[in-house]
Amino acid sequence: MTDPTSDLAAFLPRIVAFTCQYCAYAATDLAGTLHRSYPASLRIVRLPCSGKLDAIHVLKAFEEGADGVCLLACSEANCHHIDGSKRARQRIRYLQALLREVGLEPERLAVITATSAMDGGVAQAVAELTEGIQKLGPSPLAKRT
Amino acid sequence: MIIAERKPFAEIQGLVAGRRRVLLLGCGTCVTVCMAGGEKEVGVLAAELRMARQLAGEPIETVEDTVQRQCEWEYLDAVADKIMAADTVLSLACAIGVQAIAERFPQVRVVPALNTSFLGLPTEHGVWKERCQACGNCLLGKTGGVCPVARCSKSLMNGPCGGSQGGKCEVNPEIDCAWQLIYDRLSALGELDTLLEIEPPRDWRTSRDGGPRKIVREDLRQ
Repeated sequence: MTDPTSDLAAFLPRIVAFTCQYCAYAATDLAGTLHRSYPASLRIVRLPCSGKLDAIHVLKAFEEGADGVCLLACSEANCHHIDGSKRARQRIRYLQALLREVGLEPERLAVITATSAMDGGVAQAVAELTEGIQKLGPSPLAKRT
Repeated sequence: MIIAERKPFAEIQGLVAGRRRVLLLGCGTCVTVCMAGGEKEVGVLAAELRMARQLAGEPIETVEDTVQRQCEWEYLDAVADKIMAADTVLSLACAIGVQAIAERFPQVRVVPALNTSFLGLPTEHGVWKERCQACGNCLLGKTGGVCPVARCSKSLMNGPCGGSQGGKCEVNPEIDCAWQLIYDRLSALGELDTLLEIEPPRDWRTSRDGGPRKIVREDLRQ
């Protein structure tokens, strides 16, 4: 059996990031504007609100071979749709339980709280998430070419 | 409406173990509204099954569909081709839908993905509560619109009992005492006199005690 942590640098995880179009997307945009580099692991899918995230979106991403999925959400107190961010987090906890049932590590699914005034914060959080998923290794469902 | 919830995933996996082509059939009525067996839930369960079986090295082919009402044969006939082509039909309807498939397609293996729980309503987002036991002899007209059969833990006809404390039931402090609710409602309606009438022992033959029930309407029958 190979040690998934033996060659972390060679494994760049594919992480699908669902972002709220308000604070969270602006935070990733700001990180780019400020030239804060973060791992090229993220595939960003913009949502009208993090509350729009549906369970099937996350499961499809994993089924298609994503090594990780994250939700970039506004803080609960600062949701433009009042409860969207809170509900999205409830949905993430539910989905983590589903992943465990399926046989995938729930740590492959994470929430990153982002505000539009964050500069380095998002880049650092993404780097930490990427590192965490590197330690878990590629998704056993990943179809790599 | 009929309230249901999904069975544990491990149990569902067991019901389709060894099956390679499974039709997941949702229902567009009660179980869609209580978010247990509608189109979305069909998609989620299908994805879970495919991933779990892929990880186990036993891939499964899933077909997904949702009919408006699984409890009527006409709607099932519209997807007869899919039902007939499946190794197993995994029904996300209530138990009536499962049995409707079994009766209409006796040669097909059908299994339930849900546990049918009770007749009730949503009282807040994500919370459903029982309101009716389908006893077949409704007495809500005497009880201010609060059902003592379904909502009193003891189904008392002349309550409350001595276990009612502070408006709560001794069975579980989270349960409202149905007879307290009845008293409050009748009091608000100015109909407390109704409670002076003693309800005689109930004829439960209209409920489950008379065996499986049937209604025949000759004016509608063909």
